[in-house]
Amino acid sequence: MTTALLSLRGVNKSFGPVHVLKDVDLDVYAGKVTALVGDNGAGKSTLIKCIAGIYHPEDGDFFFEGSKVSIGGPRDATSLGIEIVYQDLALCDNLDIVHNMFLGREQKRGPVLNESSMEALARKTLDGLSVRTVKSIRQTVASLSGGQRQTVAIARAVLWNSKVVILDEPTAALGVAQTEQVLNLVRRLADNGLAVVLISHNLNDVFEVADNIAALYLGKLAAQVDKKDVEPRQVVELITTGKSVGVQPPASKTGADK
Amino acid sequence: MSIVNESEVSTLKGAMTDYWSRVKAGDIGSLPAVLGLVVLCIAFGSMSNVFLTPGNFANLLTQAAAVIVIAMGLVFVLLLGEIDLSAGYTAGVSGAVLVILITNQGQPWYVALIASIAVGVLLGFFLGTLVARLGIPSFVVTLAAFLAFQGILLLLAGEGGTIRVEDETILAVQNSNISPIGSWVFFIVIAVAYVLVGLSSMNARRNAGLKTELKKLWIIKTAGLLTITGLAVFALNLERSNNPDLVSLKGIPYVVPVILLLLVVGTFVLGRTAFGRHIYAVGGNAEAARRAGINVKRIRITAFMICSGFAAIAGMIFASRQNSISPTTGGSSTLLYAVGAAVIGGTSLFGGKGKVRDAILGGLVVAVIDNGMGLLGYAAGIKFIVTGLVLLVSAGVDAISRRGNLTP
Repeated sequence: MTTALLSLRGVNKSFGPVHVLKDVDLDVYAGKVTALVGDNGAGKSTLIKCIAGIYHPEDGDFFFEGSKVSIGGPRDATSLGIEIVYQDLALCDNLDIVHNMFLGREQKRGPVLNESSMEALARKTLDGLSVRTVKSIRQTVASLSGGQRQTVAIARAVLWNSKVVILDEPTAALGVAQTEQVLNLVRRLADNGLAVVLISHNLNDVFEVADNIAALYLGKLAAQVDKKDVEPRQVVELITTGKSVGVQPPASKTGADK
Repeated sequence: MSIVNESEVSTLKGAMTDYWSRVKAGDIGSLPAVLGLVVLCIAFGSMSNVFLTPGNFANLLTQAAAVIVIAMGLVFVLLLGEIDLSAGYTAGVSGAVLVILITNQGQPWYVALIASIAVGVLLGFFLGTLVARLGIPSFVVTLAAFLAFQGILLLLAGEGGTIRVEDETILAVQNSNISPIGSWVFFIVIAVAYVLVGLSSMNARRNAGLKTELKKLWIIKTAGLLTITGLAVFALNLERSNNPDLVSLKGIPYVVPVILLLLVVGTFVLGRTAFGRHIYAVGGNAEAARRAGINVKRIRITAFMICSGFAAIAGMIFASRQNSISPTTGGSSTLLYAVGAAVIGGTSLFGGKGKVRDAILGGLVVAVIDNGMGLLGYAAGIKFIVTGLVLLVSAGVDAISRRGNLTP
């Protein structure tokens, strides 16, 4: 297999006495969708917050493009090109699509906002994602549907020449047609060469778009496998019991367990 | 060819339907204030033969000025979803500082004005810090400040209770007019600048290959605005003195360019700078703004400082109109009129929606009600009740339009 764009090795994170992540390894590849699955409380959110720089793991190494990096805060993650789309999307309803996409990182000419260049770049990004459903990029986000809002949040994440985009339950609140739209978009991100991490509860979604499935079970990585090598039944077993017949547990882990 | 399917607005009819669908979606902006102003002017004009005279028109502008300026500052705080109930007395305290420095300390007017604005900004910093850093609701902080600032004003005004101001520049703001020729020059300069800015921003968008506003619509809007303001200048240039041989009263009151300057600065800051964009963002979704890397606390504190800075300028306008400062300056209904002005103009009490110009439109509505009902001989009690009802109705419209806006 090709080398991973982002690799986590032996990540541990505790909140007081609760050991949430135990020696987690994860590999994220450019041009591929890596699904991160696991039951509630398995540590999915904690893991991505460690990647985002919001939480600081006690130990564990991060490798980005082959070299070791340290992520001390959200800005470090952003400067590496890691963007996260949170479940609540963090959009301002009263601002339009362009404003939301550039929020906090506005382009300026002197003290004045450079609206033309921001609008052109926003449009280019949406075009690049083949987004056709938005009527005008100057309409407020309040007037958009759930799927469109998700699209705007994703477009904001890829606007910055980011390399890794992490999506937290992007389809959880969407209907059938909109879920399809968003999944297509997720697929396109990977086809454009981005590394995509998709957190999802929905195995249908996972099997539809993912190339690679990493299952967390009680804070441990149960397995990270190629989609082609597993069936949904086996993934369910990984999520619920942490093991499954015919699936190799991660090699580096066997000796490391304390 | 763009892939984003932009709805083409290529005809006036298309633009109208576009606008109407926005209104229906709850984005009504200043529409109620404009309609209200027209209806009120027609009603009062038909009932009173004084209302539509040039003299009363000039009077109305100077009556409304201080409330409008306070309301302009309040827009910044309202945009965050906060409120400043102490802005009226901030105007009083700052005005007292101004007058004391001029009258008692013999300072030139500009030194006193800068000092009084600095005092206002400092008071705003104090309020904003309590709200942003300690997390006390702005309603409580500024309600406490309402009482405390009133106390400071009482102490400053002292035993006599009234401090007169005799500085000609300060008095001129509310009591003198630009000469009729100067008024026209002023109007033409502003009009030309307005047209040039509009054209150049349209050209910039077209050169960048972006959709521009329909030119026909822009011409109609600009022509309409310039006609109305031109008529206003014409009316103000008519003789409005009862005894022109003794003293002539003609031209635009000096307070108008003061308000216009504040409007331009405020609109520029809110509409064209990153700081202004961040104010809207914090008012719309503070958590999203925080995650986008915006320093939310700093934005909140700065907004309160701007609000109180505007109030300080209103203090100067009060001093100019009353020729003095008294313990009631900026008190009684001032603050409620200012909040009413902003809300009637279309600024939302829930934050995230509003413009500086709302304060002017709404302030004129409030002033017209006050002035018109006064001319018709209604008691002050009736005026308060009606103004209160108008404020309630606009807050209701705000709440309902917000609800319509939220249902996707």
